[in-house]
Amino acid sequence: MPARRARLNLVNIFLWVFGGAILALSAWGAFLTLSEGRISPSAWQTLIVAGVALGSVYALIALGYTLVYGILFMINFAHGEVFMWGAFTAFFAASALNDIGMIDASPLLAFLLVLLTAMLVSMLVAVLLERVAYRPLRGAPRLVPLITAIGASLVLQYTARGFYGSGVRGYPGFGLFGGTVELGPIRIDVVELVVIFAALALMFALYFFINRTRTGRAMRAVSEDKDVAAMMGINVDRIIVTTFAIGGLLAGAAGILYTLLFNQVHFFMGFLPGIKAFTAAVLGGIGNIIGAALGGLLLGILEQVGPNLLLTGYGIPSPNQLQDVIAFTVLVLVLIFRPSGLLGRKENV
Amino acid sequence: MDLPMRRALFTGLLGGLAGVHVGLVGMIDSFQGRDTIADLITLGSMLPLLILLLVGWRAASPVKSAQLIPTGARTFILGAAAGATAGLILAALAALITAVNLRWILVNATPGLAEILQFGQGLVVGSLILIVGGALLGLAGASLHVVPPAIARSLAIAFVVSLAVALLEPFLGAVLRNLGLDAVEEVFFAGGGLTLVGAIVVFGLTAAGIYAWTTRGEGARERVAAMPADRRRNAKLIWYGVLFLLLLALPQLVGQRLSEVVGTVGLYVLLGLGLNIVVGFAGLLDLGYVAFYAVGAYTTAVLTSPSSPVFAPELPFWGALPFVIIAAALIGLMVGTPVLRLRGDYLAIVTLGFGEIARTIFLSAWAQPAVGGAQGILSIPPPLPFERDPQAIYYPILLFCIIAAVAATSLASSRVGRAWNAMREDESVAEATGVNTTVYKLLAFMLGAAFGCLSGALFAAKIGVVFPQSFDILVSINALALIILGGMGNIAGVVVGAIVLVGLPELLREFAEYRLLIYGAVLVAMMLLRPEGLLPSRQRQAELHERESDEDQYAETSGEETGRPVVTI
Repeated sequence: MPARRARLNLVNIFLWVFGGAILALSAWGAFLTLSEGRISPSAWQTLIVAGVALGSVYALIALGYTLVYGILFMINFAHGEVFMWGAFTAFFAASALNDIGMIDASPLLAFLLVLLTAMLVSMLVAVLLERVAYRPLRGAPRLVPLITAIGASLVLQYTARGFYGSGVRGYPGFGLFGGTVELGPIRIDVVELVVIFAALALMFALYFFINRTRTGRAMRAVSEDKDVAAMMGINVDRIIVTTFAIGGLLAGAAGILYTLLFNQVHFFMGFLPGIKAFTAAVLGGIGNIIGAALGGLLLGILEQVGPNLLLTGYGIPSPNQLQDVIAFTVLVLVLIFRPSGLLGRKENV
Repeated sequence: MDLPMRRALFTGLLGGLAGVHVGLVGMIDSFQGRDTIADLITLGSMLPLLILLLVGWRAASPVKSAQLIPTGARTFILGAAAGATAGLILAALAALITAVNLRWILVNATPGLAEILQFGQGLVVGSLILIVGGALLGLAGASLHVVPPAIARSLAIAFVVSLAVALLEPFLGAVLRNLGLDAVEEVFFAGGGLTLVGAIVVFGLTAAGIYAWTTRGEGARERVAAMPADRRRNAKLIWYGVLFLLLLALPQLVGQRLSEVVGTVGLYVLLGLGLNIVVGFAGLLDLGYVAFYAVGAYTTAVLTSPSSPVFAPELPFWGALPFVIIAAALIGLMVGTPVLRLRGDYLAIVTLGFGEIARTIFLSAWAQPAVGGAQGILSIPPPLPFERDPQAIYYPILLFCIIAAVAATSLASSRVGRAWNAMREDESVAEATGVNTTVYKLLAFMLGAAFGCLSGALFAAKIGVVFPQSFDILVSINALALIILGGMGNIAGVVVGAIVLVGLPELLREFAEYRLLIYGAVLVAMMLLRPEGLLPSRQRQAELHERESDEDQYAETSGEETGRPVVTI
């Protein structure tokens, strides 16, 4: 059908022109910024380190999206809320520990306790979410669980608002993580270092779990083919719950790392990191664990460096306001040019 | 303990937790201020009672998986057990709140809440009332299974209708007063709800009406079907005529203040009709619908307002309208083209991204010279050459709603509508049978954008100012929730959805704070219980129920869930 092919080509041409124009504009903007040299090398370094720290938080959340997608082929739209619940609930643990003076006495132990609280709460919320909102709808048309997920996300957000109040709460600081260290020529905030290493450790733990344990192998089997896995004696429902639980644990940890960076919690804090982590998962190739980690890091760096690099050259005032626009543009571009992501399998979209 | 009993206790547990939830988010406390039946019961204490009733009803319903149908005294025992369990949990909550101060974590765990739960009777008596009352209410709920189904159905619907009438008191009361029927108003309504007399009359009349309709309705329906075609058409025309006259008189009937609310509902009807084309007809889940609304509002603002920063041609509203339509077509193309290749959930997230991009750009310092940034654009002229008057602005809104409704109806039954149907059901098959999916997708986006932009334009003209804050994701969520509640693909459904989800929260201040919580619950509950919406289009219902018979391993569970008997809402 020659007519049909011609039509598709027209769309293709439009998309390539559209994407190409954005890329060309970005490249020209970067060139302008760099040739003007308004931002010093050390400022770039700071931005990149901040980007890596933020990116490793995104990566942890993105893993939750990717794990669930790999098994159920659905986007757990409420995952950002799972992240928020852990961070918000752990705030009360942190402030209780602060009141009894434990944060000053043994900060590391206190930190671990708070982290554990957040992870457990997030896990609980994720498991509950699966049980109430998603399990009854397995096999329903694709849009149905997505709409449920949007609904569940609203319920979780406004339940947190009703339970904990609508104000912004400041996290008590962990004195241990103040100050900066010199790593060769670069000065890094200790907090950022802690965030990066904690995230890395968790990612390694996950990688080990998926590849080296029985449950991990069962998870891989279910993601390959549910029916065959069930025939091999794997309890598919239990594996799905486990997947949600692991995603929740990681999201809870991400919540605490996020509050280490930004020092505050409120009920709406899950929305943007949630969408950005989803972008990271898509960027890396949804369903792919290493891809999610890579995508998170890339997106974090792009978000910190991007506005300054690409927009300052054009003389756009306060480019950091447009941070989110950059993240979403990345999402659109990835989906146009390489919908399977950097490391993803082709059939996923 | 056998299966039905275990399930009854579990249902009671869930119900109790649901009660704890509504209590701790603060709903019970803040709904306490509104009477549903004057001097007898408030909306706040109504919530736990409703939960207990539902728990009893659910506990005594047939157990599908084991095909056990509780009968006789067993029904009542199950209902009472479930109700008592739920009551026990609520009593425990009340006791916990009074014993331990949890307010530093849970802001709504106040002594006030405990007092409401215990009916102000103290710990021991209050707890007893809760448990015994819970058992009695559970029993009442269970008894719905014992009476003939026609009666149970009438009672349940009458209950919902009476509740709706009580909640609509600000609206209905104002209508009665403006009609000069103060006497009627005084008999029926008091203190923000119904009087006892009013409640009995409304409940009785509705129950009798529904009962008559379910038992004798068949005959009436047959008579209508037997009427000659031209008489049926005439009857239809008369019905539309009456409806139209009512709509024309509405602002005068409800008065100045409520016209404002009616106007907002109208804007959302328009938004819903537009989104319905994209989501309901073409099956493209667009979560960034607010982008269209924002573009419409800002186009109008820039073109008509004298205080628009750089470019102020100061056109009249109607002069700006063609440009709004052009802008709509362009933005529809701009959003539609990049997402042509995406399906389902990806499309949803990308469009969500577009919505956020639109808001961020309108808010940014970069775009401030053109659209005013956070300060917005002020003094937009109203569409009619009167003062800014909610009663006047209603008419253009009504006009566009009618145009949109007519357009949507005729589109649905046209060739285009059928192409959309095919595309929604299976894109690959549609393409294989010769449907040009590219063109039809873009058409859906452009038409949806047109309605969204018109609604935005009217919004700008209605309130006279635009700020970027008015265009956050919640607008998209509102529109989505209302078409899902009402029933996708159906115009009456959109109107009902807009009235319930937009009109009610505007009328009841208490609702405003919990509006999004309720939306979320509505979305989840509708998907679980009745995915076709309250007033489904016949075709959509058929589609959704056909899918349930698929022999998929997991479809069985979903079929069981959706096939559950439902007492409306």
